[in-house]
Amino acid sequence: MSAEAHGHANHLVYHQYEDLEQQRESYIVGMWSFLVTEIMMFGALFLAYMIYRMQYQDHFYVIHKQLDWRVGGLNTVVLLFSSFAMAMAVYYHQVKQPKKVFNWLILVQLCAAAFLVIKIGLEWIPKAGHHLTPFYGTFEWHYGGGVPPEIAKLFFSLYFAMTGLHGLHVVIGMIVIGALQWMIHKKHPLVEDYIPTEMVGLYWHFVDIVWIFLYPLYYLMPQ
Amino acid sequence: MSATVAKPDQTEGLYDPKEPLNYINVQHTLKSWLLTGDHKRIAILYLIGITFFFFLGSIAAAMVRLELTSPHGVMLENDTYNKMFSAHGIIMIFLFLIPSIPATLGNFLVPIMIGARDLAFPRLNLMSWYLYMIAGAMILCAFFMGGVEAGWTFYTPYSSLAKSQVTLTLVGVFIGGFSSIFTGLNFIVTIHKMRAPGMGWFKMPLFIWAHYATSVIIMLGTPVVAITLLLVVLERAFNIGIFSPDNGGDPVLFQHMFWFYSHPAVYIMVLPGMGVVSELIANGSGKKIFGYDFVAYSSLAIAAIGFLVWGHHMFVAGQSMYQGVIFSLLSFVVAVPSAIKVFNWTATIYKGQVKLNTPMVYALGFMGLFVIGGLTGLYLSSMGTDVHLTATYFVVAHFHYVMVGGTVTAFLGGLHFWWPKMFGRMYPDTLGIVSAIMVFFGFNFTFFPQFIVGWMGMPRRYHYYYFAPEFQPYHLASSMGASFLAIGFALPACYLTWSIFKGRKVGPNPWGAKGLEWTTQSPPITTNFETMPTDIPEAYDFDSGIDDSEYDEIFGKPKESK
Amino acid sequence: MFNYPMAPEQASTFGAEHDFIFYLITILTVFFTVAVMVCVLYFAFKYRRGSKANRDNIVHHSQKLEIAWSMPPLILGLVIFGLSTSLFVKVRVPPKDAAEFFVVGKQWMWHIQHPSGIRENNTLTIPVGKPVKLTMISQDVIHAFYVPAFRTQYMVIPGRYTTMWFNPIKEGKYPIFCNMYCGTQHSEMGGYVYVVSQPEYAAFVARGGDKKKDHVQTLAEQGKSLFGGNTGSLNCVSCHGEKDTERGPSLSGIAGSMRKFADGQSALADDDYLRESIIAPEKRLTAGYEGTMPPDYKSQLSEEQIRHLIEYIKTLGVAKAAPVTPTTMPALSGGTSK
Repeated sequence: MSAEAHGHANHLVYHQYEDLEQQRESYIVGMWSFLVTEIMMFGALFLAYMIYRMQYQDHFYVIHKQLDWRVGGLNTVVLLFSSFAMAMAVYYHQVKQPKKVFNWLILVQLCAAAFLVIKIGLEWIPKAGHHLTPFYGTFEWHYGGGVPPEIAKLFFSLYFAMTGLHGLHVVIGMIVIGALQWMIHKKHPLVEDYIPTEMVGLYWHFVDIVWIFLYPLYYLMPQ
Repeated sequence: MSATVAKPDQTEGLYDPKEPLNYINVQHTLKSWLLTGDHKRIAILYLIGITFFFFLGSIAAAMVRLELTSPHGVMLENDTYNKMFSAHGIIMIFLFLIPSIPATLGNFLVPIMIGARDLAFPRLNLMSWYLYMIAGAMILCAFFMGGVEAGWTFYTPYSSLAKSQVTLTLVGVFIGGFSSIFTGLNFIVTIHKMRAPGMGWFKMPLFIWAHYATSVIIMLGTPVVAITLLLVVLERAFNIGIFSPDNGGDPVLFQHMFWFYSHPAVYIMVLPGMGVVSELIANGSGKKIFGYDFVAYSSLAIAAIGFLVWGHHMFVAGQSMYQGVIFSLLSFVVAVPSAIKVFNWTATIYKGQVKLNTPMVYALGFMGLFVIGGLTGLYLSSMGTDVHLTATYFVVAHFHYVMVGGTVTAFLGGLHFWWPKMFGRMYPDTLGIVSAIMVFFGFNFTFFPQFIVGWMGMPRRYHYYYFAPEFQPYHLASSMGASFLAIGFALPACYLTWSIFKGRKVGPNPWGAKGLEWTTQSPPITTNFETMPTDIPEAYDFDSGIDDSEYDEIFGKPKESK
Repeated sequence: MFNYPMAPEQASTFGAEHDFIFYLITILTVFFTVAVMVCVLYFAFKYRRGSKANRDNIVHHSQKLEIAWSMPPLILGLVIFGLSTSLFVKVRVPPKDAAEFFVVGKQWMWHIQHPSGIRENNTLTIPVGKPVKLTMISQDVIHAFYVPAFRTQYMVIPGRYTTMWFNPIKEGKYPIFCNMYCGTQHSEMGGYVYVVSQPEYAAFVARGGDKKKDHVQTLAEQGKSLFGGNTGSLNCVSCHGEKDTERGPSLSGIAGSMRKFADGQSALADDDYLRESIIAPEKRLTAGYEGTMPPDYKSQLSEEQIRHLIEYIKTLGVAKAAPVTPTTMPALSGGTSK
């Protein structure tokens, strides 16, 4: 069992593992556990959102009209496609075609970049011009509807905290995918196995899913 | 004990060729320590870190205790006093208690106890230590740049308005949170996937069960407090006020989110201590733990119910009465698994072969202090009495009984128990017993008066109490006791350090104990076992006979008495 | 020699019941601690290694025993839970005839106003044997109003009213503490409750508190002068007159009534609603008055002044069959009518 296995016939296996199977399972269990912590982290924000929305539903409805559902919808499509590209990358890694993995990951990167450009360029920066950013300039509410400015500020505080944290996750995802691509390019032994790509994929799908919840909550509010 | 399997690194550093190779002498450079992936070396790094921060936290505590000897204060300004108790709380909770047992004893023992060569993710483990040190450095920086006076609970809106280094401290705590998330993640994966062949879930030592339950709490709770504290940072730095009453926000929401983590965090601190004590009691009594399943499941029950009781911190904070009733009821229920553990430990000692050495004396001390700490929790989970007692010194005494009387006593007991395993040397046992007794009595001397003064109405975090000078004798007694306690803590620091260099050398199993860690050499080699264990016996399998040969050699054969 | 007090004074009606539960838990705590420690030490000595004690029939597991010893703690716990929850309900639900005092907490002092309008800073003078209800709000951070001798406290939170009540049974001087950390002078944010006999309190009210003023306005009177048309007032009356106008609804009979809002929802006009409508009228607008009321009263009014306005609005009539009890203080306001 041990002495021979410890010599590790398979050079992909780290010294603490018995075999590749154990190593793969450990990485996947680790990644899922990490995603659980991520869910709890976003969960706390969703809870805060839920409480305030229950309290100020009518004002939130009026305020949410300042968010353009078409821009958010475009971003949803972009992210959904990126998830598809990521799934393809994982598939091609499983069948050991690193060239295609690399190319699909480029598509993921492009989608992520497009998401950020749309998010920042078409949404966040114009918001600053309309005085709807609590952290830049003075916060003002000029859109009537009987909305008290402080409730609008609360809404946009939540909006920027949640989409900001999500945006940060997109940026981290781009860095991690970049590192993965670099290792694939250099034929690093770590990426001979498909598990790293699978883990990055799980993370990316998680980032996507968070947006799938954010989009209806902020852009598609019922009256 | 001649280990030759792992090749020594001949090019780097020196090692004593007479001594068998182990994880300490395999490499000697500073780099080999700072870039190690070995869970045992990381445990030692953590041990150094938490000892340092415990020392700093104790200094702050000493200032607080000294200041409270007089109703008018002795030497500090109001703000300085507030910074002192905040420093004490923040350092002790986030930089000492939370990492204490899991990151040192847990890091060292979890892989060995389940028969693995290392944790699943050694580099993540090292990263968690670096994050811990960065967090510590940031919190220390904050203190040197003017300090924090918001208390360790950081209640809004005070923490969002306070004009001190709250932001830097919160970022430090946030980073420290990731350090403990990574440790917890490593434990969960290791315990799930790395157990030796034949090591079933119910063959695992209870120490592992306790760490498994702890890791689950860390993974589920820490991210919530991390984001909560980050929201306070956002409010301070970017005006994004989610808890601000000026924005229609609710400051009590912060308290809910904070205690959702920080109540289970109590179990993050005390569950590993219970795991340690289960080992100490079973091995010190030379007998299988009574009701193994019940003790194991009670850890999981505590972890599960522990997430549903956070509201008992807010009985008088404007939450609805009915909400309070539910939280109060669940708080009574969570006491039951802890009671089960105490009764099972007692039954384990019954008809055992009790070795009254330092670790066992610490374990007995733990039981006394933890029972008081746990039962005084009943005053606070019952709403009628909590209305009077909440946020008084009664609460302070209660959680010190659990945190110091429980966790720190267990940590010291565990440290004494596994010290020969960690360093291959034994400390003077008599001094150890003296220190254990000093800690027990010094502790009671310090904190018992605080129950009375709290019951009389002394609020916590008070600098002056000239409104009620009748509190003074209790504060005096408490401060005097603290100096005894300090000696009790300083003593082990001295003789344990001495023993690393001069202590008597020991073999693999100086206590005649059971468990995989006692089958490998002391200190273990880098990969823990020369041949990986496969045929795993039941946990605490004392019925198959005890090998006390080495114990008799060190401590002498028992005198035959009637 | 040892003449230090070991327990706080029992100065309110909660004292006896509270202390009964406290001592009951104390007995349990002492019993279990002693029992466990005696067993543990006795076993550790009797079964020390090498002793010749009988070790036959060792049992490692017993489900019956486990259940047997987890039941007593659970049952005792539930008994205490029942007792203490019933006390908590009493502590939280004030009697209907309680005199309502108003408390503002701010860094680092307590502002207290009697129903009769007397103001006190950091002291609270109350008559013995009369229930007192405190309606509290904070102007900055969270505080907590704590009187150990009365065995009760509650947090004082910015942005909303919280209440507590007690009924003192013993004359004397009892410390008030702020029991929620609030900054630099947290430990000095305290004072005393003076519980005096009822005639003494009547005299206290009659002379207008310790300030020796000739005449003290009641809360409602002070609210009226803020509300009315004279100089220095907010001139609320110009829009909120006797009858509804296009600028604002009449406030007569508004307190305690159900209000219908522009968005179709409705709510009870309680203290919190009235406060909100003064400082942030847009939040819940009465149908037909969108955007007519200036939203900046928050910056012009202190929490005390808001309270005065609310008390005045309450005197403009209270809705019939209102589910909330109007604040009346027949027992205590006698002195001010002079």
